[in-house]
Amino acid sequence: MSRITGGQIDRSKTLRFSFDGVAYAGHPGDTLASALLANGVRLMGRSFKYHRPRGVISAGSEEPNAIVELRSGARQEPNTRATVIELFDGLQAQSQNRWPSLKFDALAINDRLSPFFAAGFYYKTFMWPAAFWEKLYEPIIRRAAGLGSLSKQDDPDDYDKGFLHCDLLIIGAGPAGLSAALTAGRAGARVILADEDFRMGGRLNAETLEVGGGSGADWAAKAVLELAAMPNVRLMTRTTVIGAFDHGIYGAVERVSDHLAQPLPGKPRQILWRIYAARSILAAGAIERPIAFENNDRPGIMLAGALRAYANRWGVAVGDRVAVFTNNDDGLRTVADLKAKGLDVTLIDARQGDEVIDSAGRLGLKSITVRRGNGRTETLAVSALGVSGGWNPNLNIASNHRGRPVWSESLAAFLPPEGAIAGLSCAGAAAGAMSTHGALTTGADQAVQALASLGLTASTDLPQAEDAPVNLKAHWYVHSGKGRAWIDQQNDVTVKDVKLAKQENFVSVEHLKRYTTLGMATDQGKTGNILGLAVMAELTGKTIPETGTTIYRPPYTPVAMGVLGGRARGEDFKPTRHTPSHKWATEQGAVFVEVGYWLRTQWLPRAGETTWRQSVDREVLQTRKSVGICDVTTLGKIDIQGTDAGAFLDKVYANTFSTLGIGKTRYGLMLREDGMVMDDGTTARMGQNEYVMTTTTANAVPVFRHLEYCRQVLWPDMDVQLISTTEAWAQYSVAGPNARKLLEKLVDQDISDAAFPYMACGNITVKGTRARLFRISFSGELAYEIAVPTRYGDAMIRALVEAGRDFDAVVYGTEALGVMRVEKGHVAGNELNGQSSALNMGLGKMVSKKKDAIGMVLSQREGMVQPNGYRLVGVKPVDPAKALTAGAHFLAKGAEAVAVNDGGWLTSVVYSPHLGHSIGLGYLKGGDTRKGERLRVVNLLANTDVEVEIVSPHFFDPEGERLRG
Amino acid sequence: MIINHPLLGPRDSQEFVYLGDAALIRRPDGMADGALDKFIDYTYLRDNPAGQHRELWYHEQGDRSWLVVTRNTVSHEITAVELARDVARTEGRSK
Repeated sequence: MSRITGGQIDRSKTLRFSFDGVAYAGHPGDTLASALLANGVRLMGRSFKYHRPRGVISAGSEEPNAIVELRSGARQEPNTRATVIELFDGLQAQSQNRWPSLKFDALAINDRLSPFFAAGFYYKTFMWPAAFWEKLYEPIIRRAAGLGSLSKQDDPDDYDKGFLHCDLLIIGAGPAGLSAALTAGRAGARVILADEDFRMGGRLNAETLEVGGGSGADWAAKAVLELAAMPNVRLMTRTTVIGAFDHGIYGAVERVSDHLAQPLPGKPRQILWRIYAARSILAAGAIERPIAFENNDRPGIMLAGALRAYANRWGVAVGDRVAVFTNNDDGLRTVADLKAKGLDVTLIDARQGDEVIDSAGRLGLKSITVRRGNGRTETLAVSALGVSGGWNPNLNIASNHRGRPVWSESLAAFLPPEGAIAGLSCAGAAAGAMSTHGALTTGADQAVQALASLGLTASTDLPQAEDAPVNLKAHWYVHSGKGRAWIDQQNDVTVKDVKLAKQENFVSVEHLKRYTTLGMATDQGKTGNILGLAVMAELTGKTIPETGTTIYRPPYTPVAMGVLGGRARGEDFKPTRHTPSHKWATEQGAVFVEVGYWLRTQWLPRAGETTWRQSVDREVLQTRKSVGICDVTTLGKIDIQGTDAGAFLDKVYANTFSTLGIGKTRYGLMLREDGMVMDDGTTARMGQNEYVMTTTTANAVPVFRHLEYCRQVLWPDMDVQLISTTEAWAQYSVAGPNARKLLEKLVDQDISDAAFPYMACGNITVKGTRARLFRISFSGELAYEIAVPTRYGDAMIRALVEAGRDFDAVVYGTEALGVMRVEKGHVAGNELNGQSSALNMGLGKMVSKKKDAIGMVLSQREGMVQPNGYRLVGVKPVDPAKALTAGAHFLAKGAEAVAVNDGGWLTSVVYSPHLGHSIGLGYLKGGDTRKGERLRVVNLLANTDVEVEIVSPHFFDPEGERLRG
Repeated sequence: MIINHPLLGPRDSQEFVYLGDAALIRRPDGMADGALDKFIDYTYLRDNPAGQHRELWYHEQGDRSWLVVTRNTVSHEITAVELARDVARTEGRSK
């Protein structure tokens, strides 16, 4: 348990780090796992369910056991794998899922109680009483079966997203990937070579094998140097390709700064790359699998290839007395390499009938029990055991599109399905070519073929390398002992659990997985899945391919949420749109409200006002008394031009627009094809072939999309052009008895009632600047909307306020706007809910049946025209002191508050300062014939029950005399 | 996914908005006899094939073209991309 000679670590430099508060030292080139092992630390965590002491079993991202919390404070990150954490000076790591300490864990009692925690214990144990689940069972289980904990602080780091394009993406920089990259790079193709490791070379760094007459690691380093000098090749270390998406798009996470204590100034912590690859090669190597035997999960027991990697790459002997349990020739390499390092190594070769049947050592391996082929049993005192059950081609990404892996009898493993992902081929061990020669050859060949399909020519130039056969005899688990033999160490799934699943008839792979949780941990069962399959196959008397396989979903390894979000967090989570009056309103201390992406003025408090109602009531009363100004820029504006513009509007609006006079404006109702109201707004005819449509703020984008659809898809020969001008014009409503007087101070033209009557529109000038004026009213007052080019928007609000001083004009926000529209009975978002028809809104007569407009036919369906359907009504409380609540339902007096008695609901409620009480709009069954009725509005959530009278929705100036003034 | 726009070349599908079955092009005549039944079929009854599907996509973050994309709903393979206006004209739609 110490450093030995060799390895790719820089012994001239020392890095200090701590694990569970104890200080240790390591070297550049170490991972946290190699550095801990070098310091004699084998115990690194506790298992998920049984809290069994666990150590590292692999040397890569497949690690199921050595899961730790990294860093502290806001940068604390749970569930990181010690095997892939690059050591840096000052690194702090803590073990997880133990209390009070890793060596003494009180919840290790679960291990003694294991008969109660077998597969399915959740479903069987926590059945009743139901109320106990949330309050008792779940908190206990969460505490007991936890992974790491979150800091619950904001992540202080930045994350970026980036886009890359290439001819050939190569996933994995082992011998196959390097060979492919050299072949394609030398041919001039645009190549991206990505590897999750911080050092390229893959297994060549972990082996003593020769390539081209020198060490494999040296050959890899030279290949990387040659590739780095090619301008057409991009080398991406610390970059995990997380999945294959459609049409040659791959996701990759680059860990830019995770090997540092914190990111350098201006650098992101990680980058999520979207890589567009014309062709790709999966050269992700292979992952070794264990052989299950009793108590095979003690710290010190690991994969044979990992044991060898720690010795060769990191110069670490996990134990001085070592045993290797293998069923294939690769295990013999571990024996040879460790012997060459001077260690005492015993071989247990399953092919000779020898087996490890048990182990001992509470917090770390002390001995193993071996049963030899002749039946003799012996106990060996060892502190490290390497286990090899063979290697599984790492086909993970090749199955992302649901292609089924193909069984190989000679490897006793699944191979990637061919052609399952368009443009992707596999090379090297990932394709089942297990020798170094096989990796180099298939890598180069796949690169030649990929380039040929792109019309590029490449040739191969391969170095000499070993081409040893695999020589494997399938051996999945040891049939001995009554104890537990682990298959999936991360989720604590044992051979017994698979047997129990079989006994309870969960024999389908998908059921096995969900019943036992096999392969459902963060490692996706990279080491354990196939063992579980093999055990089930044996139990059911089927072959492994008959039993099935599991396929993998992205991501390949766990991905931090932060990098998926990128920069889209906090105020950058979405765009924010400011209105032209935003700067002025900010200066005035306006309160803003989010309306889609827009920030609109909600109300403008004045000195001495302490509640929002005081501000809103004042804005409403002053507008109705004199004049008010409101920014209405957010409403969608669409310029519609062409000789068929009028005919086009007749198609998209339920009412008619082709007959509208030039210089006139009309309210329009737009239906969906199913007859429901889609949107409403005014449309003005500015010229013979020129209209300006307005939409609601919320529907500006959907309506424009719909109009393009109508224009291109439904009536492709209409001469009509559209352009969105929402952001081109700053538009203000000026409303109230003094609206005209105010505007006359700014507008250069005659806007008297005779020259510019109700619903007129026209191009005007404001002190010489071109503008548009519409005499339309949402508030029910004499009102105009005046539009100037957006760059004059700030000047315009200031000019309006200045001109309004003589009239004590107010600027009002969306709340006052809402109060005035409810007082007038105009529908808005709450009534335009996508489930309401024109008839529901009291606008049924607007739907012309003389023309084929969208939605006309289906608006006349039987179900849409029932006499007792919902109709818009006004509502006021019988006792004016009572407040209404929106969402309350209509009930007859004395009726029980149950759905069968439901008569409709209140859609909008405001306090009317003009009337001095609460008023509302609502949809009431048969409401058009029920004026004067007294009902109740009941809101069971707010616990309110108010007697109301049904009235006309037009509370204010029902004859419309004011707006025509 | 990547959609090979007939005017702009290959574009990421994130730039597009999906609508649905391109059968929506064949809107019935609302003034004809029996229009109600035809509109009920048109609006509510769609094929939902596992395989080749002609569907409408809108290049909202681009040139505002409506496209007819022929896509395999199982493999996501796209075999044809046409301007919806051209398709509509070949299907006899005009004004």
